[in-house]
Amino acid sequence: MTTKLFGEPVRRREDARLIVGKGRYLDDIGAGVLAAAFVRSPHAHARILGVDAEAALDVEGLVAIYTYEDLTGPMAEPLPVLIPHPQLHAPRTGYPLANGMVNHVGEPVVMVVATDRYVAEDAAERIVVTYEELPVVVGVDAAREARAVVHEDIPDNVAARHHQETGDVEPALAAAPHTLSFTQYIERSACTPLEGKGVHARWDADDESLRVHSSTQASTSVRAAIAAKLELSLDRVEVIAPDVGGGFGVKIVHPWPEELLVPMAAIKLGREVKWAEDRREHFVSSAHERQQRQEITVGYDDDGRITALDVHVWHDNGAYTPYGIIVPIVTATQLVGPYVVPVYRVVVESVYTNTVIVTPYRGAGRPQGCYAMERTMDRVADALGLDRAEVRRRNLITPDQFPYDHHLTFQDGRPVIYDSGDYPGLLDKLVALVGWDEAAALRADAQARGKLLGVGMALYVEGTGPGPYEGGHVQVLGSGKVLVSTGLTSQGQGHETVFAQIVASELGVPMDDVEVHTGDTRRFGYAVGTFASRAAVMSGNAVALAARGVREKAIRIAAEVLEANPEDMEIDEGLVQVKGTPGASIPLRTVAVLSNPLRYAFDEAAKQATQFAGPGDDSKPPVAPGDAPGLEHRDYYSPIRSTFASGAHAAVVEIDPQTWEIDVVRYAVVHDCGNVVNPMIVEGQVHGGVAQGVGGALYERMAYDADGQLQNASFMDFLMPYASEVPDVVIDHQETPSPLNPLGIKGAGEAGVIPGTAAIASAIEDATGRRIASMPISPTELYDLMRDETAERTAASRQTSLQTGVPA
Amino acid sequence: MTTPVDRPQTDTERTVTVTVNGVPREATVPVRRVLSDLLRDDLGLTGTHVGCAHGVCGSCTVLVDGDPVRSCLVLAVQVEGAEVTTVEGLAREDHRGGQVLHPVQEAFRECHALQCGFCTPGFLVTIAAGLEARDRSAEITEEEVDELVGGNLCRCTGYANIKKAVRHAATTMRDAR
Repeated sequence: MTTKLFGEPVRRREDARLIVGKGRYLDDIGAGVLAAAFVRSPHAHARILGVDAEAALDVEGLVAIYTYEDLTGPMAEPLPVLIPHPQLHAPRTGYPLANGMVNHVGEPVVMVVATDRYVAEDAAERIVVTYEELPVVVGVDAAREARAVVHEDIPDNVAARHHQETGDVEPALAAAPHTLSFTQYIERSACTPLEGKGVHARWDADDESLRVHSSTQASTSVRAAIAAKLELSLDRVEVIAPDVGGGFGVKIVHPWPEELLVPMAAIKLGREVKWAEDRREHFVSSAHERQQRQEITVGYDDDGRITALDVHVWHDNGAYTPYGIIVPIVTATQLVGPYVVPVYRVVVESVYTNTVIVTPYRGAGRPQGCYAMERTMDRVADALGLDRAEVRRRNLITPDQFPYDHHLTFQDGRPVIYDSGDYPGLLDKLVALVGWDEAAALRADAQARGKLLGVGMALYVEGTGPGPYEGGHVQVLGSGKVLVSTGLTSQGQGHETVFAQIVASELGVPMDDVEVHTGDTRRFGYAVGTFASRAAVMSGNAVALAARGVREKAIRIAAEVLEANPEDMEIDEGLVQVKGTPGASIPLRTVAVLSNPLRYAFDEAAKQATQFAGPGDDSKPPVAPGDAPGLEHRDYYSPIRSTFASGAHAAVVEIDPQTWEIDVVRYAVVHDCGNVVNPMIVEGQVHGGVAQGVGGALYERMAYDADGQLQNASFMDFLMPYASEVPDVVIDHQETPSPLNPLGIKGAGEAGVIPGTAAIASAIEDATGRRIASMPISPTELYDLMRDETAERTAASRQTSLQTGVPA
Repeated sequence: MTTPVDRPQTDTERTVTVTVNGVPREATVPVRRVLSDLLRDDLGLTGTHVGCAHGVCGSCTVLVDGDPVRSCLVLAVQVEGAEVTTVEGLAREDHRGGQVLHPVQEAFRECHALQCGFCTPGFLVTIAAGLEARDRSAEITEEEVDELVGGNLCRCTGYANIKKAVRHAATTMRDAR
């Protein structure tokens, strides 16, 4: 039997500990250690006039209070601009603790350390901060009007003007047989992992070393940031991401103020310190995403083929730009999706507002780009009286056009060249899966039940697996255990399982022998992080390459022992053997022992490798030149550019014309992420993404008032979907392998969320005949839209005199 | 300007005696301490997770005298004399000292009903209690499934596989009668 686990729905090995309560999340670490709590700004924009901590000093159990005045050296400087870009002309970042100004509600001003969190909060609420309030900017429209400014030296509130074009758009639009121009909006949501952020730090004063646990998506970079900011040598800092209770993007940002302040306090106090973010803190001091105003002009011909597209996006980046302009670049470049757009121009103006920062949330700008493009397709179809699926089909890139160059520059600085795909295949599968052509019958059936029914679809292409690199280390121990390590982190994606599947398949060992470690800088110091659906592509290929290196060495050593030709050898079920010659074999664990020539026999197995154990060849050194002791290999995977996964979603909605409740009654997904390592896990990723897509389309929004107060900063008021809000999802797969990497895989993490808003907006528009140009949409907003005499109606609704049941 | 809070520190302590997962436990805690902190910090049972601390997400759900409660909303002193079951207490020991998982735990693994695992303990104890309380011989209905999973938040799975796990566990429990 050949060990072949790649592609199988192997059950997850992380589950064994997680289902019995033995997971080790951030707040499970360091029982009884000192706790940090923060005094955060209650104002969206204000000057700090003073901090009076006098009343807090009497609190029994108080250990320390820190303000900006206590920060020295690099800690007193602004936080880093993590991803600089030439078009980010006015980057701004906050300080670990506010330096005289606060620019959003929730910005940290004072850190309190005490014997436990209760006491830390007792002290924090006794600290008086005096503020002078300043005018507040909330929302993209207020930002672009710039009657008030966020940063006084940026009078137009514009942080960046990102611009890409693939031809001369104005003459192309002038020459187009038809054009349409429209403006649409999309609102803010957020990652909202069930576990907030958290940091635990332990300083070993004797060893002068720091161990930090952080609920992060990028432990190696958090390590580097801590070393830089606290002026420690990198080798004195280790950072470990323990079990992480969800990330979805928010934990890729770093260093968060707390990731620096908690270690700083641990060093100053010589005691372990921990901070675990509470839910309100997460709402007001982590990150949000999605808000954009999109101004779109499209040129198209009589058949609905797009001839030119001009898009101007106003992107709300919140108060600061620590993550650069990654989200708007992704919107700008992924917007064109699976379509041929002969001439395309996009300008994104990224603007400051007095709100929480905007950094990637699963999809990271793609849902907005998909919303822009797919709603454009719907408008073109409506204007020409064509079927929406047909208009899409006419514009799709065809399979013979790969590699397809969009002549754009992606978020990794590399060209947007699609590696492979079959977009007509996706569309055909979707039409069949959702029953697109039976929509009229579904509509009639719903009408008979007094409901309005609509169908909508959206397609996307997702750049996944961007570089620069990830690495993998594979080591076979004398016990036969295979240790695998990679530097990127895990937040529930099942990396321990899929990387074990890959290594077991490549090396030819039982999966039970493989143990995988991620996100621990003690084990692997070089890594980038977990974002952009990159873990399987990057670390998957890196551990595969590392396993191949081990395999090659094992076969070489075994061939010498067995006096066989390495080319005739294989590894199967942990046995290195001559193909077709039973008995001519040696266990991999023995090869591991032999790979390390020994002087000392510390156990029975080791005896085999000692200097008097065998005949040996005394004409050669025990370790050959260029060789190394041990059966291990380290390798890296660094791609030329991203892979491009793709998919198509369709939603069927039913709307109650009395309550205007919107119910997604059917949701279909066709998904292509290249070769699939574990279909069970990929489907799980799709399910979770769709739930977030539905949430973003119908329920979730960050409700800021004009003063910059987040009105719904709790799970009571921010409506994250429960099971009752998530439709059943039917999934069909297509596998178009990537030619760019050894395993032929593309990423799958973000896919499920991308087309949700676009597909559901399309379905609601189909059901109601009213143009849907702002998402998410609530029943109340839909009710208001239906009663608004001036609301735009679709051409389709005017032609078919669609019964929309507007209440009297 | 913020207003200073003038509230006396609540440092009154009480000793709480409670049976947790079948084991009598005792802890002396400030009266304001919530049950989730008692379990996690005083008794070292960190399987119970706190996702929102305001009773909405359900991650911290434990059983008090058999009923699911949000341990972030219950004071530790309120469980004096009660029987508390946490996720650590769902599995039972077999006669050889090994662990036999509850059918719901088995089902979660089999059906890929968890990803990051943070909300999982709350789902597990809620569903386990619900399945224990119902007539096992009856085929589980979709309404029952919705009821059992409907009160907890999960951000990873989209719930489809959690519902599948409930059906799976109900079938196992029916067949094991």
